[in-house]
Order: sequence, then structure tokens, then C-alpha cells
Amino acid sequence: MATNISFLLNGDKISYEIKDHWTLLHLLREEMGLIGTKEGCGNGECGACTVIVDKLAINSCLYLAIDADEKIIETIEGLASTDGTLHPLQQSFVDNGGIQCGFCSPGMIMSSKALLDENPKAGHEEIKHALAGNICRCTGYVQILDSVEAARDKGGQNE
Amino acid sequence: MSNLNPDTNREFDVIGKRIPKLDAAQKAMGRAEYIQDIKLPGMLFGKILYCKYAHASIVKIDTSKARALAGVHAVLTGQDVPKKMKMGFYKDNPPIKKGKVCSFRDEVAAVAAISPEIAKKALDLIEIEYEELPGIFDPEKAMEKDSPLVHEYHKSNVLKLPWKLHYGDVEKAEKESDFVVEEKFTTQWVTHCCLGTSGAIALFDSNDNLTIHTNTQIPSLAQKDFLESLKAMGLENKRVRVIKPIIGGGFGSKLDTYAYEHIAILLAYACRKPVKIMFDRVEEFKATSTRQPTVIYIKQGCDKNGKLTFRDMRMILDNGAYTSWGATTPSVMMMPITSLYRVDNVKYNAKCVYTNNTYSQAMRGYGNPQATFAIESTLDMLAQKAGIDRVEIRRLNRNQPGDVTPQGFKISSCGLSECIDEVEKELTIDGPKEKGIGTGIASLIHVGGGARIYKSDGCGAILKMDDYGKVDIFTGGTDMGQGLDNITAQIVAEELGLFVEDINVVHSDTDVCPWDVGAHASRSTFVAGNAALGAAKKVKETILEYGSKLLDADPKNLVLKDRTIFVLDDPEKSMPIDKLLRKAHFSPQGKMLMADFFYDPDNENMGKEFKGNMSVTYAFGAHGVKVKVDEETGKVKVLDYVAAHDVGRAINPLLLEGQVYGGVVMGLGYALTEEVVTKDGQNMNANFRDYKLFTAKDAIRIKAPVVETYDEYGPFGAKGIGEPGCVPTAPAIANAIYDAVGVRIFDLPITPEKVLAALKEKKSATTKI
Repeated sequence: MATNISFLLNGDKISYEIKDHWTLLHLLREEMGLIGTKEGCGNGECGACTVIVDKLAINSCLYLAIDADEKIIETIEGLASTDGTLHPLQQSFVDNGGIQCGFCSPGMIMSSKALLDENPKAGHEEIKHALAGNICRCTGYVQILDSVEAARDKGGQNE
Repeated sequence: MSNLNPDTNREFDVIGKRIPKLDAAQKAMGRAEYIQDIKLPGMLFGKILYCKYAHASIVKIDTSKARALAGVHAVLTGQDVPKKMKMGFYKDNPPIKKGKVCSFRDEVAAVAAISPEIAKKALDLIEIEYEELPGIFDPEKAMEKDSPLVHEYHKSNVLKLPWKLHYGDVEKAEKESDFVVEEKFTTQWVTHCCLGTSGAIALFDSNDNLTIHTNTQIPSLAQKDFLESLKAMGLENKRVRVIKPIIGGGFGSKLDTYAYEHIAILLAYACRKPVKIMFDRVEEFKATSTRQPTVIYIKQGCDKNGKLTFRDMRMILDNGAYTSWGATTPSVMMMPITSLYRVDNVKYNAKCVYTNNTYSQAMRGYGNPQATFAIESTLDMLAQKAGIDRVEIRRLNRNQPGDVTPQGFKISSCGLSECIDEVEKELTIDGPKEKGIGTGIASLIHVGGGARIYKSDGCGAILKMDDYGKVDIFTGGTDMGQGLDNITAQIVAEELGLFVEDINVVHSDTDVCPWDVGAHASRSTFVAGNAALGAAKKVKETILEYGSKLLDADPKNLVLKDRTIFVLDDPEKSMPIDKLLRKAHFSPQGKMLMADFFYDPDNENMGKEFKGNMSVTYAFGAHGVKVKVDEETGKVKVLDYVAAHDVGRAINPLLLEGQVYGGVVMGLGYALTEEVVTKDGQNMNANFRDYKLFTAKDAIRIKAPVVETYDEYGPFGAKGIGEPGCVPTAPAIANAIYDAVGVRIFDLPITPEKVLAALKEKKSATTKI
């Protein structure tokens, strides 16, 4: 079965003919070539595929593409400005050692963004809670938490 | 230590700076290309069929239905694998099995098709008839005479490997000891859990030369393995190009070549098209190799003052059904056994035993965490028996600069004493006891200046400069996220007076990068760093030679800094380096500046008695931890963690801390939560729900004090630090639990169930008295 869906992707209006069984992850990665959203497990256990749908961080591997109809979707590709300036969270992950192998980073950054968009003053425990579904094997989370807190403290302002 | 360059007595410009990872921005933007992201024109998708038994004869395979499926290009079984195509140093592992299967992860067939979905469907259509055989899953039982054999041709389940040493006189020393502790420990299977799963794309050109894109930590050794496979396939004198994409985590998992890589090669050759095999998470758990599990018998003794007299260890390693580097981890276990603390009389014996379980591989620390768990746990027990403070016993027996250990390790620099001081300073080891709260300490030794396991421990680097003052450096070293590209760039930038952004590090392609033995043994900063430094020094010499002519000055009086060459005592006399390069290039008999350097450290292969200075220098560390044990549930909460390391010199403290934090948390998982659970050889928890990794919710603050001893052989004084973070974590935790509630756990991971059972046992023992 094929269905036509329309959605806002990183600010752009998209209309796409999808198969009903596709996940949003499949649509983004395999069909649209947006490789920034990663697949780490395909079962909603690792968070590498996190994107934001209508302000909520979700595992795109568990989210059917057909449900994206009429939704606002943000992926890692939409964060940096068109002039190349990184989003404050991206910059903070870079500056604070929040990225090693980098495979979890897009998902980690999207989960962080959903949190700080909702609550710009989120505390340490709230951040830990928001990132609990994003697995990282390289950093021990220390510098990731540092990165999110530093971005929060800058209040979304790049220096 | 100040950040002065001892050669010039000037402040370093780049070394010692917290420079973010060079590839972090593209990773943060989602632009980094991993194997998952690579698609080649005309590419087919390969899938592997695994067997359904731990041990069985293959009676019949029928692939006709799979072959008939539209979109299927090739179906391979063990019959299609050349006889000599075998993996691992023991050469006991064909990429697809024939005749019989010996573990659940055995590959029995493979398919290439135009889509992953069709490939999967084809696997479902392969019909196999098995005859189940009795399996053997306990290595100690597998050593018994009447045990079923995993490989009949091998005639015994015990591998023919030489892991045995005896220095001094252990029997005599034991008799003369005032205190002796004897215990048994066991450690579990844990797995790397790289976030990016395994994958490879193989393709042949029209002359049957192979290109393979693959996740590997050993591009040069993988090239050798693949050349051997080609030879087995009848393709002699062909070329193999290994291209390593950005890797989603390594931790030792990519130190050997795997069946999926060789199967991708076979399928690509059968179809003459690119074939990609990509693991899903379940496959990653089931069909990649674990850390080596162990059964450890240990005896340690000391005299009445607490001085160690002897250490006697015996291990049985569950080899699984096939042999990879897990079976060689005793070579590294020997390091802490013979050389952690001063101990003159040492004995060690390890047997690797075939079972129908999964087989093990390299994993961060390479056997050191297992051995250190037993050594450091019993050291606390010995201190208690002798009535000596647990920190004092460590200080008393600590390694010191200038020591030569029984195994012949020459300790050049050694900051173990300072590391113990740091732990004591940062963590209140003693003090008023709170109920359920305790502290623990454990130390480590690890190779920090390469490790001569292979015949060469070398790494090559080729450096070229362009007309604009920019450098391309082609290194044999492998960046897998740990940040070797930064270290390389910082070393080159410092030496040539450039900025880090002037340095482009190429580390991913055997067609352009020189040989390297691989990213293992915490050797990359030291060995690849020295290779880069050697190449940079050669180019620098040429720059100074030109500068001397152009600025009319003694080359010894010239300095390279901030992209400029200038005269030290007359800084007005200067020239931008890029201008100098253009003058060198665009003049009669012009010259482009290039240099190559192959650095092979002056370390030694261990001889028959396993003696020899394996590493040019050794890294040391001490970890301290404070835990709270809930006596109702057995749950252990980590409250505070200090991990102090002697790193020689921190080239980049930001990345260094990242290695320590990541290592410690991996070690905490090893100590407390992680285990590949098996039942009769079958993996029962092949997912992140049931394989318990630490999550952000479990994250703790870790203090990582750095002790800089400035090692004379290291690049700018640096030693390796990739692995040590996870080495003494488990014993530090076990010691802290004992300190907190008086029970000692000998079996990893230390789950709440085990703590609770031990508490109950202790309570009932107390009640009886």
C-alpha cells in the first residue's frame, strides 16, 4: 500500500509517497538520504534514531512514516544554520568532548534539544532523565552531560 | 608540571591544549559517513544464515528454493568455501561451516540479493537438516577425558597454547610467607556494544583486485587476512585495498577479521558486484565476539610487614568453538600478574578450552581487567589478614622508576605512587563509617609505549606540505572515535609551528596510508604519535635549512611558530611558512616538502619464557570508589569515583578525560551490570533491554586527576591511555562493597542478587556463632 503524506521537515514542506509499513527512520535514511539519523538497534532501545516530532523526541525506528502526516519533524540535519553555524547544542557537544565515535551524537543532540526547547532551565537530573533512552558506549556520559549543561547555561546563545 | 617544551624551554602552543575532536562538528551535524551510510552503484545486499544448534551434524542443505527466488544473485554454503579459507591465528574457523556446526553463531549459508528484504526471504527458504550432538558448555568439564570433542581433528578440547611461566621460586616463597590468601574468581562474557553495528562492502575490479570498505581497527593486518582469503580462492598476486569508514566504536571488537567480511568477499566474487553485509543489533550481540571469560585460581602471600612474597595464578579460559584473540589474552594477563607491584616470585598457567559457546576476542584491556580483579581483590584480603592498611600495602609494594620486573619489563617512568596519593586526596578513604557506605581502591599497570605482540609494532607516516602552508599527513594509525587524528594533528602542528586546522589527517585507506599493526594495546598515541613526530621532524629540518638561507641565520637559532619562521634573538627577521614553501617549490631545482617515517618502538618480543620488555614504557593508575550498598535489596550505588593515571604527558586533556571517563563506565558495567547470558551456548539477552549497559541515568561524576611523569620515549612525553580506565574498576568496586557491608563477591558481575545472597550467608553464619 502506498500513501501520500505531507509534513514539515526541518522547515521545508515535503510531500512524499510512502509505503504504509515504512518507519519514519526508513523514510528519512533510506528514501530521503538523510543519514544523520542513525539506526543502532531498530527496536527503540538505543536512541540513535531520535528525531523530534511535534516537539517530542521519539525513536524514529518505532514510528511509522504514515503517522508523520501533517506533523512538524526536526532532524539533526536541520539544526545548523544555512551559513554553517552550528546550533548551540551541537557546538557545545563539540567543545566539551561530548562526541567520540559520534554514532549516538545526532540522537543525543536531538533528545537534548527537545528537552531544552521545552525547559531551557532543565536541571542535572532532568537532563539525565531526558537522555536515559540514548545509549553511548564511548563517553560514560560525563562529557555529554557537561555539553548539555554548558549549552543550557549559555541560554541558547553561541559565542 | 608546567606546559614547557623541554627542547626549547618555551610554552607549548598546541600540546596540552583542550582542542575539540577534529571530526566532531561533522559528527554533530550528522554528516559523518559510517559503513551504514555507504551505498555503491549496483550494490547487492548479503545476509548470513546461522545455525540452530550449539553442536550438530549438518545432514542435508537444500538451497534450491532460495536460488529460485527472484532478485537472488548468489547462495553460498560451506561447500562453496575454499578449504584453506580459515580465520583467526589458530586457523580453525571457516567463514561458512561444512559438515558440522559447533556453536549457535556458526554460519551455515549466505545469500546476496538486490534488497535486504529479498536476501532475508531467501534465507528463510534454505532448508537444513541437522542431527544434534551433545554439547559441552563448561570449560572445566570440557577438560575431562570423556568430554565430547568440539573438534574431533584436534583430539582434545585443550588448545595447544603455551601460557605458562615461573620466575623465582614460588613454592619456597609460599613456605616462607607470613600470610597467604587463596581464592577462586570467575569473570563473565561481556561484549563491546559498539553503537554502530558491524558491516562491510566488498567489490572486485575487472582484474579481480579487491576493495573492501570495512569497520576495522587493523587495516594492514586485515589486508593480510583478505589477501590470504583471495589466495585460498585461487586469486594469487592480487591487490587488496582496505578502506575504513568512520567507525561507530571499536574497543577491541575490530582487531580480527570476521566471517561476515570474508563472506562479503565470497559473495562479491560470486556475483562480480559490490556486496554489502550489515549486521542488525541481534547479530551484533550474537555473532561478534566477547571479552574472554575466565576461571581464576589465585594465591598471593606477603611477609609480616606486608611486602609481597609471591603470586601464583592459574586460569581456565572458555575458548568457545573457535579461536580468535581471546585465546591470547593470557599474554597480557601476564603483565599485571608479574608486574603489578613488586613481587619476585611469580607463577602463571592458563589453559584455553574449546566449548560449544561463543568465542572471544580482544576487548579494551585485553585480559588485564580479569587478572587485576583477582590480584587487587586478594591484595585487600591479604592486607586485612596481615593487619596492614590497604593503602599502605599498595604503597609499600608499588612499582618505581628504574625497576625491572620479573618478566623483564623495564619501568622507565612510573607515577603509581602519585596516583595512589591522588586517590587518597580526592576520596576520603578512612573516616567515620556510615551504614552501608564503603570505599575501595585498586591499581593498574598497562602497556603505554606500544606492545610487541606481533613481529612488528611499527607505524608509518607520510607527510606532505603544499604551497599554502597546509599539511596532509597519511598515518597508518586508526581513529575509531578515540581521537588519534587530533593527537596526530597536534603533534605535527606543534613541531611545525602551525595551527591544528592546518593539518589534515588521513587514516583510512591502505592504498595511501603506510603500514601499522593496528589500534590496540593503547599504542596509537605513542607509536602513531612518534611516527607523525618523526615525519614532522624531517620536514622541519628542511624548513630550517631553507629558512637559514632565506633569513641568513643559523638554523639552530630559528623558531617555527604561528605559521611563521623567525630568528629567535631577532624576531623581526621572519617569514610566513607558506611563503617559504612557495620559494622552495617555485625556484630552479624546486622542492616540495615531503617526508616519511616508520617508527617501530624499541620494545621486545617475549621469548619462550615470556620474558622481554614488551612495551617501551608502562602506564600506571589507581582508582578509588565510594559506594552505598542497600542491605535490603543488595543494590550497589556508586557515589564517587576517582581515576588517577600516569599518562606521561596529556597531549589533549579533553580527549584524555574522555578516554578515562568512558573506560571507567565500561569498567563499572563490567563490575556491576553487564553479562552476556547464555543457556547451553545460546545467547539469551541479545538486546539493550536485557544486556544492561549504564545509561545517562546511572551516570556519575568522575574525577580524573592526571599525573604527568614525562616519559622520555613518548611523543612530547606521552604514554598510551586508551584502555587503563576500565582495568581496575571491578576490584575497586568489589573492595568498596566489602568495606561497606563486609561481604566479598568473587564472581562478576556483582549483581544485587549476589550481594544479597552473600549478605544472607554472612548473617546466617553470624547467627550460628
